[in-house]
Amino acid sequence: MSEDVDHSRRRLLTAATVGTGAIGVAFVAVPFLASWQPSARAKALGAPVEVDASKLDAGQMLKVVWRGQAVFVVRRAKGIIDQLGGHDALLADPQSDDSTQPDYIKASGAARARNPEYWVGLAVCTHLGCSPLGAFEANNSFQVAGADLGANWPGGFYCPCHGSKYDLSGRVFKSMPAPKNLTVPPYVFADSARITIGVDDAPKKA
Amino acid sequence: MAAAPESADSSKGGSFIGWIDQRFPLTKLWKEQAAEYYVPKNFNFWYYFGVLSLVVLANQLITGIFLTMNYKPSAAEAFSSVEYIMRDVDWGWLIRYMHSTGASAFFIVIYLHMFRALLYGSHRKPRELIWIFGCLIFLLLMAEGFMGYVLPWGNMSYWGAQVIVSLFGSLPYVGGTLVEWIRGDYYIADATLNRFFALHVAALPLALVFLVIAHLMALHEVGSNNPDGIDIKKYKDAAGHPLDGIPFHPYYTVKDMVGVAGFLLLFCGVIFFAPTFGGLFLESPNFEPANALQTPPHIAPVWYFTPFYAMLRAVPSFAGTQVWGVLVMGASIVVLFFLPWLDRSPVRSIRYRGPIYKTMLTIFVLSFISLGICGLKPPSGIYPTLAKICTVLYFAFFLLMPWYTKFESVKPVPDRVTAHG
Repeated sequence: MSEDVDHSRRRLLTAATVGTGAIGVAFVAVPFLASWQPSARAKALGAPVEVDASKLDAGQMLKVVWRGQAVFVVRRAKGIIDQLGGHDALLADPQSDDSTQPDYIKASGAARARNPEYWVGLAVCTHLGCSPLGAFEANNSFQVAGADLGANWPGGFYCPCHGSKYDLSGRVFKSMPAPKNLTVPPYVFADSARITIGVDDAPKKA
Repeated sequence: MAAAPESADSSKGGSFIGWIDQRFPLTKLWKEQAAEYYVPKNFNFWYYFGVLSLVVLANQLITGIFLTMNYKPSAAEAFSSVEYIMRDVDWGWLIRYMHSTGASAFFIVIYLHMFRALLYGSHRKPRELIWIFGCLIFLLLMAEGFMGYVLPWGNMSYWGAQVIVSLFGSLPYVGGTLVEWIRGDYYIADATLNRFFALHVAALPLALVFLVIAHLMALHEVGSNNPDGIDIKKYKDAAGHPLDGIPFHPYYTVKDMVGVAGFLLLFCGVIFFAPTFGGLFLESPNFEPANALQTPPHIAPVWYFTPFYAMLRAVPSFAGTQVWGVLVMGASIVVLFFLPWLDRSPVRSIRYRGPIYKTMLTIFVLSFISLGICGLKPPSGIYPTLAKICTVLYFAFFLLMPWYTKFESVKPVPDRVTAHG
């Protein structure tokens, strides 16, 4: 047996073995990492939900659960709808350019709704995911969770965790911890007050 | 057969220990790690916290194993199984309170243990790796603490998990997918709880124990620092033992027993008389079951996370994203890893440092405590401003360190350890 060792050959073989092993490890890791994805059951439970909003009076709010998240359905009074465009200067993202919503919601401007009378949005603060409270008393000094929202408060949503304020279209005010307006999920009106949350288009009738 | 291996070492003949020593280095390990492991003779109060963290680790492992025997890691059953442990299992309340109080005790002793390093320069060359292993342990401990807090599935567990998991969502591009992957659902759900349970009781404790072993192996390789911050291996007696060193056993095992007894007195006092510690160790909203539709009026993490949480909140959103607060919070931990290289002082111990380091360390401690208070309070009044100032001071301590430690005048360091406190 020769005492001479071909070191470059040995290095090449070692590197090739390590490389092959690493590729194997990467392939084996895939099923383990993928097992953390939402399961087939979780995906099935994430199906759209239907809400009957006809029971709501103006100024009332309904919370429904879609994919485990609370969704606000607010019926806005005529007076409130007319005011919505009036405080754009106070808002961080009045045109919802940096926020998350379907295109048809963004196109609706200040109302952020398919029908201005009903506002639908996730009850999830865009800061860290807390659930904001509704505070619909416009232009009124309003106390919620110990914070005075001030005399200029146009009404809307207030997040008790870190004090973010939103208007009645879920648009965030300037200098708040939350960076974006409340997210609007895809939804569609099945008829005048029946809302299906989770789909962009009404299911086609067969 | 003439040169039988048994006769090679006459000291190992016959006895039961001898039989083992021929097959496993029991006596060798004992001598190397305890009976003939020389430790500086001038350790003070601050040197209790290493052994205390081992005591708490043992407490967490043992009580944790017993809790898993009755706990059910499912969204439907978790809350009631914890109630069951508290009410119906014999001594279940004690085991659970030992575990929940142990979590807070762990952070108390770890914070004091880390502060000891800042006092006496225990992170300095050649102990950089001890420090880095320690920082990794701290990081794992935070993950352990967070996931453990989710398991009772109370409303604060739920919303705390919601807030912390959402942090990853602020990362650009991958955020949304990453959050969905961590949760395993479109919201914090049964899948999330179940995987947090797996990580909390199996994966992280395993990693933690390995890291603790690495931390101790690195320590025993280079030897302990001491309150004078000087090398005791320079002066040795004829047998080669440091003149300023004494064997760990029996000297420090006895000293540590006193510390452990004192610690257990306080620990049991909390378990028996104030297990929730006024809402600090166990928060009151967590006595309600998780409710996805109802945020607690004020979400505050458990006290040991509040300094970092305050930094997260102190940074406003900018350019349409709140990732900056998350990055600042991450940086506040990452910067710890670089401490051995940020410190350029010619001396290790605070005893021989100048007034600038002493001032900076005081400011650092005060701002860390203030951040802890800010993180507990709602973000109104003076707290947001105070948190911003203290965040700057926290980072100033680390990031200015290369300059203020390099140029400050230091006192001459003695050759041998000093006897006075």
